[in-house]
Amino acid sequence: MSDIHIHIKNKSYPTAQEDKEYIIENLNMSLPSNEFICLIGPSGCGKTTLLNIIAKIDTDFQGEITQDHQALHPSIGYIFQNPRLLPWRTVRENIELVFDSQVSADYITSLLKSMQLEAFQHSYPEHLSLGMSRRVSIIRAFAINPEILLLDEPFVSLDAPTARQVRELLIKLWHQRPHTILFVTHDLREAITLADRLIFLSASPMSVVSEIEVTIPRDQRNNEHAIEDFRQSLLRDYPAINDLL
Amino acid sequence: MKASKILPLLSLLFFVLLWQGLAVLINDNTLPTPILVSQVFWQEIVSGQLPHHLGITLLRLIASFSIAMLLGCALGIALGSSQKLDAFFDNWLVIFLNIPALVTIILCYVWFGLIESAAILAVVINKLPNVIVTIREGTKALDKDLLEMAHCFHFSKRKIFAHVIWPQLHPFVMAATRTGLALIWKIILVVELLGRSDGMGYQLHLFFQLFDVASILAYTLAFIAVIQTIELFILKPLDRQALRWKR
Repeated sequence: MSDIHIHIKNKSYPTAQEDKEYIIENLNMSLPSNEFICLIGPSGCGKTTLLNIIAKIDTDFQGEITQDHQALHPSIGYIFQNPRLLPWRTVRENIELVFDSQVSADYITSLLKSMQLEAFQHSYPEHLSLGMSRRVSIIRAFAINPEILLLDEPFVSLDAPTARQVRELLIKLWHQRPHTILFVTHDLREAITLADRLIFLSASPMSVVSEIEVTIPRDQRNNEHAIEDFRQSLLRDYPAINDLL
Repeated sequence: MKASKILPLLSLLFFVLLWQGLAVLINDNTLPTPILVSQVFWQEIVSGQLPHHLGITLLRLIASFSIAMLLGCALGIALGSSQKLDAFFDNWLVIFLNIPALVTIILCYVWFGLIESAAILAVVINKLPNVIVTIREGTKALDKDLLEMAHCFHFSKRKIFAHVIWPQLHPFVMAATRTGLALIWKIILVVELLGRSDGMGYQLHLFFQLFDVASILAYTLAFIAVIQTIELFILKPLDRQALRWKR
């Protein structure tokens, strides 16, 4: 699989006023395949819109997303900001529904086990805590073995231990089966812990400010000092980032 | 037994006693006692008259109700999901919503003759706009987030309808069903009264001419029993089945 090129000339939403205000303008980025990329930018700057464009939920924009000079048609797993589970289907049914054909029951059971959700497989989402619902939405996105995984601040409103647990699981699954991950977050520490590459985005209109590779080796990502040192040096070397957090 | 079960029974008993008391007090043919009404009710059942006419009315109800619901759901979803269609047909809906039932019935009989299909059509035309409006509002209120999720994960059209759209429309369909049954019951009687020679409406008309209040009340009793049965054994279980997931 080769790199994905994103070129968005502009994107606007209809407003009450006559003149259009672009939310994204001249945004160019390349996503090397199988990399873990974190998008960081101020809230409301259009990160979710960008993910929706990549997921083809939002097609109302000027520009193109290509892979090998062709329009992009990969399988995409999307972990939304809210879990977006079907409340009238059980946990298990919610996962089964993303498959076109019959899927082996053992496969889904093993996924549920990996998130400690086996006991809740026949529960309805309304009876789950938010953390559990999020885990279900993560399984749902992973289950289809997507080529690109989009995550839109998936760990906000999770308590710290749960967030850490899910974060570790995400990395484990990514190591097991490499794919491109695009992860939106506000949290610079979280981004440094997870990513190969950080992309900083500016607000209104959104465009790329800087791209930074995270050079900490994977086996030292649990070391809080290493993370903190990297963060400090980052803020020192790129003072502009401070405004984007 | 719990108070919640005893109270309704007590209130029913009180209602019958009140009726009996009033009837004895007034002592007139225009208000027969519940005992007399139940006797007439029994005679009508044994003679086969009531089951025959009730059955015919029920058949008409099922036919017109099914047509109105199926058509109404399809049109309601179409209008709810397309702003242009909705803008175009909104006036039509308002017109049809406001035509008095009697007018459509008369026109149907005048245009198509005193035939069965004209009777059914008249009922359908009366009911259809209500279903369309209810389902249209339901369609407009569909959760966009879930639809986006379904598109993102490449759900097929059939899957989107069965698993994303229909569960959200269910309360609206149930509302349309309940108000629909109540409305159709009432309209169907007028339809039968004006242009049919069988069914509950025709019979009631006959009793009216004879001033036979006991028979009128006996038929009403049968009516209430049927509606209660539908509510208890069809609608309530459907609700329970579909709303399991709610907190």
